Amino acid sequence: MRTMVRQAQWDEPVIFSLGRKGRRGSSLSNVEEEIAKLAGNVTEGLPMAIKRTQLPKLPELSEVEVVRHFIRLSQMNYGVDSGIYPLGSCTMKYNPKISDLLAGATGASQLHPSQDETTVQGILEMLHTLSKWLVEVTGTDEVCLQPSAGAHGELLGALLMRAYHKFNGTAENHTELIVPDSAHGTNPASGTMAGFKIVVVPSSKDGTVDLKALKTVVSEKTAGLMLTNPNTLGVFEEDIAEIADIIHGAGGLLYYDGANLNAIMGKTRPGDMGYDIVHVNIHKTFGTPHGGGGPGSGPVGVCKELTKFLPIPQVAYDEKRKRYHLDYDRPESIGKIRSFYGNVAVLLRAYAYILSMGGEGLEEAAEISVLNANYVLKKLSVIRGFELPYAKGRPRKHECVFSAKPMYKETGVRAMDVAKRLLDYGLHSPTTYFPLIVDEALMIEPTETIEKEELDRFVEALKKISEEAYSNPDLVKNAPYNAAVTRLDEVKASHPKTMALSWRMHQNRNIIKAASS
Amino acid sequence: MLKRKLNLPKAMSEQEVKQHIEALLSKNRSTRDMPTFLGAGCWPHYIPAAVDNIVQRSEFITSYTPYQPEISQGMLQSLFEYQSMICELADMDVANSSMYDWASALGEAARMAVRINNRNEIVVPKLIHPERHATLETYIEPLKMRVKKADYNHETGLINLEKLKELVSDKTAAVYIENPSYLGFIESQVKEIAEIAHDKGALFIAGVDPTSLGVLKAPGEYGADIVIGEGQPLGNHMNYGGPLLGLFACKGETEVIRQMPGRIIGMTTTLKGDKTGFCMALQTREQHIRRERATSNICTNEALCAVASAAYLGLLGPEGLKELGETIMMRAKYAMHKLSLIQGVEAPVFNSPHFKEFTVNFDKTGKTVRSIHQALLKKHGIHGGKEVSKEFPELGQTALYCVTEVHSKGDVDKLALGLSDVLRRKR
Repeated sequence: MRTMVRQAQWDEPVIFSLGRKGRRGSSLSNVEEEIAKLAGNVTEGLPMAIKRTQLPKLPELSEVEVVRHFIRLSQMNYGVDSGIYPLGSCTMKYNPKISDLLAGATGASQLHPSQDETTVQGILEMLHTLSKWLVEVTGTDEVCLQPSAGAHGELLGALLMRAYHKFNGTAENHTELIVPDSAHGTNPASGTMAGFKIVVVPSSKDGTVDLKALKTVVSEKTAGLMLTNPNTLGVFEEDIAEIADIIHGAGGLLYYDGANLNAIMGKTRPGDMGYDIVHVNIHKTFGTPHGGGGPGSGPVGVCKELTKFLPIPQVAYDEKRKRYHLDYDRPESIGKIRSFYGNVAVLLRAYAYILSMGGEGLEEAAEISVLNANYVLKKLSVIRGFELPYAKGRPRKHECVFSAKPMYKETGVRAMDVAKRLLDYGLHSPTTYFPLIVDEALMIEPTETIEKEELDRFVEALKKISEEAYSNPDLVKNAPYNAAVTRLDEVKASHPKTMALSWRMHQNRNIIKAASS
Repeated sequence: MLKRKLNLPKAMSEQEVKQHIEALLSKNRSTRDMPTFLGAGCWPHYIPAAVDNIVQRSEFITSYTPYQPEISQGMLQSLFEYQSMICELADMDVANSSMYDWASALGEAARMAVRINNRNEIVVPKLIHPERHATLETYIEPLKMRVKKADYNHETGLINLEKLKELVSDKTAAVYIENPSYLGFIESQVKEIAEIAHDKGALFIAGVDPTSLGVLKAPGEYGADIVIGEGQPLGNHMNYGGPLLGLFACKGETEVIRQMPGRIIGMTTTLKGDKTGFCMALQTREQHIRRERATSNICTNEALCAVASAAYLGLLGPEGLKELGETIMMRAKYAMHKLSLIQGVEAPVFNSPHFKEFTVNFDKTGKTVRSIHQALLKKHGIHGGKEVSKEFPELGQTALYCVTEVHSKGDVDKLALGLSDVLRRKR
């Protein structure tokens, strides 16, 4: 079995210090003579006030230099295609290659969003069908595909709540948005952006919503509750029907944070649980790549009462003309949340994913993701230094959260150290220090697209790390050793005196440093 | 518990998926199948093969947000380089590693201005991109902020400075301009606008098309405090309008930078101090730490599109970017000339220098833009520009055309011939 793994260490310079004056990596087609003659010197005609006199200080490289630079960088990057990527809440499953291939097709990638509807019937049909499929998976009445990411979907959802209360003339009263203390940080952040006051409800001993506590914070001021289910501990909120009643009873709306949808596909649906607004993380649940941080896509489904508030346009089908079109005729719409219609290249990949999985495949994915999380849970609970807080004895859904608190107390090795040491074993770490209700949290989501052998390797590595922590804690505390770089000084990166957030900022600092020494 | 199976199609083999989707996509006619003159927020440009090749590296495309920097140096350094290049284009100190698009970047920029000066109005040009305006309204509505529109000079399209002065007051959080403007002309009164904003203590936000920044002055040089824009034309395909790439950069003190939304990658060293490395910086602004007090809720952004832009700018270099701007302006100028020769057609409507887009007015032809474009598409297989008559009724029967380096003389000549033919016909 593989143990230690070495990542490439290219010590690749920043692109600005590569190349040489006068080099170019790309050439433009010559302008035809007739055009050149007619146009003359176009920049000469520009007013001095707006004419560029100093060219931007971009690097000057040949094509091969650019390619080698970025290929070397890519070799210092770990992706799902490199191995396990068990970030809890992030659902880093395998991304089928056929989806990328199809998304790159001319018939998709070379479409302009303002094209005449008759020329884009294929892509509109795809979007329309996909939105119907997402309606089916989420148990809602209509889905908007526009949000660019999960958080963008949350913002839309919170704005829809606002629009709903405004429409009912009760916006002045419903000003508070409730989020559990275990919620994703985006929930309160999105709520604030939409103008709500955030009220935090503490979790119960089980890590689920504490009904008593919920009842004390719910009032006539409640605009809604944002809740993921299963929650961030991977525990299913069994009281969801009662929670929905409590929120609806106060005139509020229930919002489903879709980060954990993978666990329940085909088993149950947010809409059936009483949720009014649901966002879906396409780049998590529907197997589209995350691109090192994006693009993602965060469609939002809503119940009937809220459909009229969705952003414009919605993709619709005109039965009479037998044609798909973009429907802007929605007078109660909240308007726009971005340009055009959504991250279509991502949505097309999701369409391909659902086609290849089928309804039963999605359900099976949910089952195996839960099985894998519980397998890891069983295996890890016997490893020294880790404990499973909350809801002991209850199975988890797609993820489980361990605490390295015992290890920290006994050896001084923290969850972050464990995470860093995993990198030396050629494995990506779990999410750390989240949810906030778990000290020294290690949040593990294996997903369904992992073989048992790789899972065993992950468990085995954690076992070894535990042994290392108890025998030679400094070994773990100083990890990683085999990644492209050793542990980084993140404080320096953010300190006003040392931060270098761009090449020019870095250069200016060097000048100041040189002058003062 | 769902007591039935999901009502979704049965699983297909990879081959079936491919056939199905290819058949579906074959119902589209792409910009490669017909000369197309659309821009208005999403633009066709030539993308060097190396760019596509680089962003298809699976180590980039299948990675998550770089939460473990030690094994994510490739993405982090690429994003740092992207940020640094945007700073050079815009003459700013800090750029974030991307927003969703220009429109949402505008919404976030307005909110940032409010955090800095606690005022509640933003002044925008009357000829602002309507989708950007709509997105701005959505983003600032919860703040009870108001948008005021500054009128324009009907000859030149440029902002009417007298009117602008009347609108800007000590309630103004920011003055926003687009350059080139939505309708393609270049706003040249930038110094004056900056002064009007700064005199009242308002911030100056400039929205840009970065492909213009090899020929147009960097906004930082003319006094912009925040620069936003659309990065899609820097090496990203149009993809029916998404993903796009929101540019966001600013100048100033640490306290201003701390108000920025979005992820920022910083350069640092290892703890041992022996090597340079990269990691996320100023994370205390962000939702996963600051929660309801975060500067924004954005986390997933358009990172891979940013990498494409870094590779694209790396290939072009300063001279390439300048040449790109000049080429575009020449081709657009030729197109305006050709179209203006057609009887009854006015191109452009405003007598200012234009970049890659320009207005074409058909009032004197007695026909509507819609009917002209339908005929052009059906009879000649040419896709005209975007109709803007409904967005700005005062402009009459007007369309916004876009010409870039991808449009050959042949394409433009075909367009001119097609339009002449369509306009000659009775119906």
